[in-house]
Amino acid sequence: MEFLNYFGNVFTVYHMSLLIGGTLAGLILGALPGLSPTMAVALMIPFTFHMEPAAGLILLGAMYTATVAGGAISAILVNVPGAPANIATALDGHQLAAKGRAAEALFYCFTSSFVGGVIGILVLIFFTPPLAEFALKFGPTELFWIAILGITIIGTIGSKSVITGLLSGIIGISLSTIGANPMLGEDRFVYSEHLESGIHIVAALIGLFAIPQVLTLLEKSKDAKDEEVFELGEYSVMTSVLYNLTRIKALSIGSIIGVIVGVIPGAGGQIAGLVAYDQAKKMSKDPSKFGKGEPDGVIAAESANNAMVGPSLVPLLTLSIPGSPTAAVLLGGLLIHGLFPGPSLFTEHAEVTWTFINSLLVAQVFMLIIGLFLSQHCGWIMKVPSHFMAATIFILAVFGTYSIQTSYSDVLIMAGLGVMMYLGSKLGFSPAPVVLGIILGPIAEDNFLQGKLIGEAGDGIIPYFTSGPLNMIMIALVVLSIAYSAYSESKMRKKSLEMKGAA
Amino acid sequence: MNHLTKKMKIVASAALLTLGASTLSAYAEAYPERPIGVMVAYNPGGATDFQARIATLASAKMKDDKPLSVGQPIYVTNKPGAGGRKGWNWFASKAPKDGYMMAAYNVPHFIAQSIVFDTKYNIENLEPVGNWGADPAVLIVGKDSQFNSVKDLVDFAKANPGKVTVSGAGKFVGHHIAHLQFAKASGTDLKYVPGKGGVGAMKLVKGGQVMAGFNNLSDAARAKNDIKILAVADLERHSFLPDVPTLKESGVDVDNSSVNFRGLMVPKGTPQAVIDHLAGTVPTMFKDKKTLGKMKQTNSPVKIMSRDEVVAMWKERQAALTVLLAGLKK
Repeated sequence: MEFLNYFGNVFTVYHMSLLIGGTLAGLILGALPGLSPTMAVALMIPFTFHMEPAAGLILLGAMYTATVAGGAISAILVNVPGAPANIATALDGHQLAAKGRAAEALFYCFTSSFVGGVIGILVLIFFTPPLAEFALKFGPTELFWIAILGITIIGTIGSKSVITGLLSGIIGISLSTIGANPMLGEDRFVYSEHLESGIHIVAALIGLFAIPQVLTLLEKSKDAKDEEVFELGEYSVMTSVLYNLTRIKALSIGSIIGVIVGVIPGAGGQIAGLVAYDQAKKMSKDPSKFGKGEPDGVIAAESANNAMVGPSLVPLLTLSIPGSPTAAVLLGGLLIHGLFPGPSLFTEHAEVTWTFINSLLVAQVFMLIIGLFLSQHCGWIMKVPSHFMAATIFILAVFGTYSIQTSYSDVLIMAGLGVMMYLGSKLGFSPAPVVLGIILGPIAEDNFLQGKLIGEAGDGIIPYFTSGPLNMIMIALVVLSIAYSAYSESKMRKKSLEMKGAA
Repeated sequence: MNHLTKKMKIVASAALLTLGASTLSAYAEAYPERPIGVMVAYNPGGATDFQARIATLASAKMKDDKPLSVGQPIYVTNKPGAGGRKGWNWFASKAPKDGYMMAAYNVPHFIAQSIVFDTKYNIENLEPVGNWGADPAVLIVGKDSQFNSVKDLVDFAKANPGKVTVSGAGKFVGHHIAHLQFAKASGTDLKYVPGKGGVGAMKLVKGGQVMAGFNNLSDAARAKNDIKILAVADLERHSFLPDVPTLKESGVDVDNSSVNFRGLMVPKGTPQAVIDHLAGTVPTMFKDKKTLGKMKQTNSPVKIMSRDEVVAMWKERQAALTVLLAGLKK
């Protein structure tokens, strides 16, 4: 209960204003496409140079939690996820918005983020030592199987049919191989200078989601008088929050998966939301509702991506191994203040460390309050005429992409992918599986290459990849996931055949 | 008519030339009159990035209205990708040559790349202006490893050729160079496993997935409780780890070619007056008291070197690496 001793430190005027400012800024930055949590934290680090260590970390921590939740705002309102972590939120969240239930979807989003976030931080406070040991056990082979497990769900995420889903996934994985391979340093498919450093995941995310949205909006606005305006919807905050809290199944699936994915270093917190969404769908009584505006989809995805935040700091604070890309940037923020991950963080620097962790807990409360407040007041976004909306999204997309690594090539890649995605969407392809492929491809490949090198030096590649309890569990999960997809697909087909027969 | 235009062209170009020359000299006198950028070819938050930010903190400090060092604020901009190649290619071929864009270099990384790959940069088209840090590679093994000394590791590797795995931050970085030198000098067959940056390579050692690793001295010194540090790949022992012997002391003849030097440079073609100004002021900027304090606080090993010292060091590395990497050229 050591953390309670330092709780008071959070409640100074200076720290509270940093928390509120950081949360507000994080929610807004997070909602802008391109400004992912990783970017937002990286941008903030230089500002913390001149701050006290505790104050600097409080600001970074508040930004981290708030940007993860903020990315859901644009995912729901305009179908453009603010960051890879919010892809799953867009699937049902935007459908809800299209039905005039945008405010409700946003309430769900912030309530679930709060629940997941608090659970995640509590895990960080109470289970850090055992989980750190667990995190170290994930070597190249285990991470390879996790990526394969992720690939098995590509087919069923957000696509009309499993075949188009898988095809999109393959396209995504192929795109991820472009550029210099980080492990071997070899150039691949670099036909033009612009492709030298490959396709950045955030550039791809913006291109694949935002550009088709821009073009679709322009299509609509041809007929400016006959404009379709989504209503934000009249929903009471209390009713939505209470309904949300009764969705225990979706909340717990989301939080548990978020915690596990967060702890595993290198699995990428980006996939927590997608895995949770997939599980919530598979365990639901009526999976066919998902993708058409099912609140449980939003709840599972958002609780997962915020539950990931706390646990992703477990291996970071103890072993200096970040559990997510954003945690990796946060490591730089810690080092700058002379805080070196390891046991000394909880002894020598206990005051700063616990103040930081406690502030993360308090940040969740602010995120909930500010988030719910903002949700009630972003109705005007829905009423913006489509041609203005299209222009705004397009400008944000170009600036957001350029700012990732000040690269003009990224902007060209973003625009190119976007136009192709727009054409693809006419054929029934959807962006989520493509992005998932781009995220998972390198995780699978890099870890396979590392595992192959290590396996060759030891007992051989196949024994190395299939030995050990964790590998066995992962392989079993992969088999289960494929079997379940095949089973539900055949059940669906039977159903539709019966329906045809009856007609 | 035609004749006239030709004449006019000559006059015009002559006028332009004189104008250009005069502005150039006036320009060099005024330099620097606006903030200067530093391009870092790695991701924000990494060791090179945050060290570059600390190293340039004091650039605009004034005393009695006179600049103490460079005389203008310095900002950092990141162009990561392709293991640093994207940023450095851009810098050597497209960066402005007016002294308003510098870049951070990592030796031996960029020199090794320029030897192995077809890059747009090499030591010939870049001009160093000062060095702020030197982080040697260290040989590490896991906490519970059977190896307690370099000799244990070499003996085991000789008895089991090709069975020993060694991690490092990636291909052609200092760790990889240290690995190549170590394998060559000890006469062993070791397998190099590139990790995802220094952090990923360290994780492979801590998690026991590889038997040994080369990593940054600064990071290894911090992780002392989770790993065993067998040797330093440098000519002398390091003040951070006074009890750890050098590889040479341990009987493996490896020099300091793998030490990771960090500093600032400008592209070739930058006016000599500007290079002189930077060469004179950049090392002073690194010596700022607050900067040195921050460097110490972050465990970043400092080594401040002048332009001439860096030019000599680059040449020396180029020669040593060309021999070492002869078999790996693409």
